[in-house]
Amino acid sequence: MGEIKVSSITKDYKDKRRALDDVNLCIKENKIYGLLGRNGAGKTTLLNIINDKIFPTAGKITVDGEDLIENEKILNSIAYMMQDVMYPLNMEVRELFEWAEKFYIKFDQAYANRLAKKFKLDVTKELIELSTGYSTIFKDILTLATNARILIFDEPVLGLDANHRNMFYKELLKSYNEKPKTIIISTHLIDEVADVIEEVIIIKKGKIIREESVDRFLSSAYIVSGRTNNVDKYLENRDFVVEETMETLKIATVLESTAKKSMGLKEELKLEFSKVELQKLFITLTNS
Amino acid sequence: MLLDSNSDKPVYAQLVEAIEDDILREIFKEDSKIISTTEMSVQLRINPGTALKAINLLADDEIIYKKRGVGMFVYKGAKKKIMNKRKKSFREIFVLPMMKEADKLKISKKEINEMMEGSKEV
Repeated sequence: MGEIKVSSITKDYKDKRRALDDVNLCIKENKIYGLLGRNGAGKTTLLNIINDKIFPTAGKITVDGEDLIENEKILNSIAYMMQDVMYPLNMEVRELFEWAEKFYIKFDQAYANRLAKKFKLDVTKELIELSTGYSTIFKDILTLATNARILIFDEPVLGLDANHRNMFYKELLKSYNEKPKTIIISTHLIDEVADVIEEVIIIKKGKIIREESVDRFLSSAYIVSGRTNNVDKYLENRDFVVEETMETLKIATVLESTAKKSMGLKEELKLEFSKVELQKLFITLTNS
Repeated sequence: MLLDSNSDKPVYAQLVEAIEDDILREIFKEDSKIISTTEMSVQLRINPGTALKAINLLADDEIIYKKRGVGMFVYKGAKKKIMNKRKKSFREIFVLPMMKEADKLKISKKEINEMMEGSKEV
């Protein structure tokens, strides 16, 4: 329970701008996904459609085989932590926790208050009084406490300091370990989620360019460095992106499976190989 | 148990090594329980699937075993087994890179031997 199928979703905005272009995805149940893309790539539009906040121009979304649009039962099983604040701003945090029970029958009041205490979120404050960081923390806590089987976070650490970010990832993993659920995290802080997510979806200019496990993604490229002319020799007939060229040193990302590394050439040309980081490879692939 | 974000190894492989190190140092003793994958996942902030992958590799090597509903335990003789395994790769991981570096720096075998003699107490 908790599989999301996105079929041929296209979204055109009124100004004719195409935000999503024939997006197909299969979000498997009980896995943690990272949805990565540059600003304006279509991440939030996609998440808004998955949560029935906006209508797609074409295409269809199903959850466990059931059509999602205006399907209250399904929508109540998805908790969506949005960037926009959609709650009454003059309500106190504790009132909002109580209010959440109306939408999420399994909302865990005690857990929400425990988390609030941990993060030092003052539950007697009105939403409007919260700082950017605490507004994010409030939404994170609310989402975690819904006990929904699908949790979707759009920038869950926006404005959080390093300690709070660390705490958030730990609480998220704790919740996931206790009760597996489908989780999608959209974030710009890729390094921080690299070890937390299992699957990665990369969206570029409204199109999905990668959808695979993090392991597979990371083994689809590697870095080579060495003397410029030697690196050039190695790169002949290989797909690559140059990362850095100095007078005598060259570093390039080779876009081929790590299994295809030539150890013979490495020795012969005195090259160094290293693994590519999630964030690094993301930048390389979305840098145009 | 610590992970090195600058390491060239995948996280699950680092985790295997970290657990083995903890067994060698007797932080996890033979026949006693080690931390759960849940604890590893939360403490190290990693996906539980990664922790599970490491645990399964250690179980395949008969370093640890699972007791259903109780947890994971260190095999009797695991320490010896890890030592043997590490000894086998000692040349490749430590000696060969050292020789390569020595060659680059034009350090002779004699000099290396002297250095080793001088480091014996370590």
